[in-house]
Amino acid sequence: MKRKEIEVREDILSSNIQAAAELRKRFLDRGVLTVNLMSSPGAGKTTLLERLAERLSPRYRLAVIEGDIETERDAERIRAKGIPAWQIQTGGACHLEAKMIGRLFPELPAELDFLFIENVGNLVCPAAYDLGESLRCLLLSAPEGDDKPKKYPQAFRTAHCLVLSKADLLGLLPFDPEQAKKEALEVNPNLDVFLVSALSGAGLEGFIAYLLRFRQKLTGRHA
Amino acid sequence: MHELSLIAGLFEILEEKARQHQAAKVLAVKLLVGRLSGAVPEFLVTAFDMYKKGTLAEEAELETVPVPLKVRCRSCGAEFEVEDFVFLCPSCGGPDLDILQGTELYVEKIDLEVD
Repeated sequence: MKRKEIEVREDILSSNIQAAAELRKRFLDRGVLTVNLMSSPGAGKTTLLERLAERLSPRYRLAVIEGDIETERDAERIRAKGIPAWQIQTGGACHLEAKMIGRLFPELPAELDFLFIENVGNLVCPAAYDLGESLRCLLLSAPEGDDKPKKYPQAFRTAHCLVLSKADLLGLLPFDPEQAKKEALEVNPNLDVFLVSALSGAGLEGFIAYLLRFRQKLTGRHA
Repeated sequence: MHELSLIAGLFEILEEKARQHQAAKVLAVKLLVGRLSGAVPEFLVTAFDMYKKGTLAEEAELETVPVPLKVRCRSCGAEFEVEDFVFLCPSCGGPDLDILQGTELYVEKIDLEVD
């Protein structure tokens, strides 16, 4: 018996990185914009998805994958809007991984424009896992406070866009959207930032226009 | 707390390397943990010690090496360390920065017991 030292230089996330890269290619080959929605619990991801379903579904084909530790509730809310939805119950795991999405891939409609993946509510762990998305969208709700970006730097640094949600509560809370935006842009100067109220609909049109532009740029498809 | 999932990924690598080198045991693992990797070194060690029981790495210790977050400014070429997660160049104020290191969760080396 002898001791042998070997150089490895391999990322311990490499199996997820590889699975995600394959998925991203498959989604793009089909012309699907896949959006990974991340936030802390209760920031309004599902409510935002309900509004997007109402506004986008007349013209675009949507599907939703819901990630939660337990329950089918979020998928049921989306299905109530007439959108096909799959629920992944992680049974305790705090994030989704690319392989979980890969297992659902064969069940997704062949003709699809947008796939929204609602990650498990958590601003830490999901940030480390690429799900094969082309757009990573972060939500930060007004009640959470405008000081969050530097507390959760990986989530903010890896996102493409930031939705400051629950804008209808501005004025009732010490939350300053300009301060939140400034903090977020310091962590990630390339972030596209939107102020949205899913309840009143304020700011929703601008965010939807962004999603459509992003998809068009990525897939070259208008409709 | 996704450190246990990360450790599961580490064990895939350990098993593969042990097979390649026909080793019966993994004796030590050295892991580079970037400041922006989202993982906590202390929790990685705890998760490793939980996971290793009954595996080929049962006797192994996990050593974690913290890696600072270093970037290079695309505008002026300055290289600096980001300590407070403000990604703006201190020399020219430019926002376009390439991350040089600090996002990794790399297995750098492992010690195997071979015949």
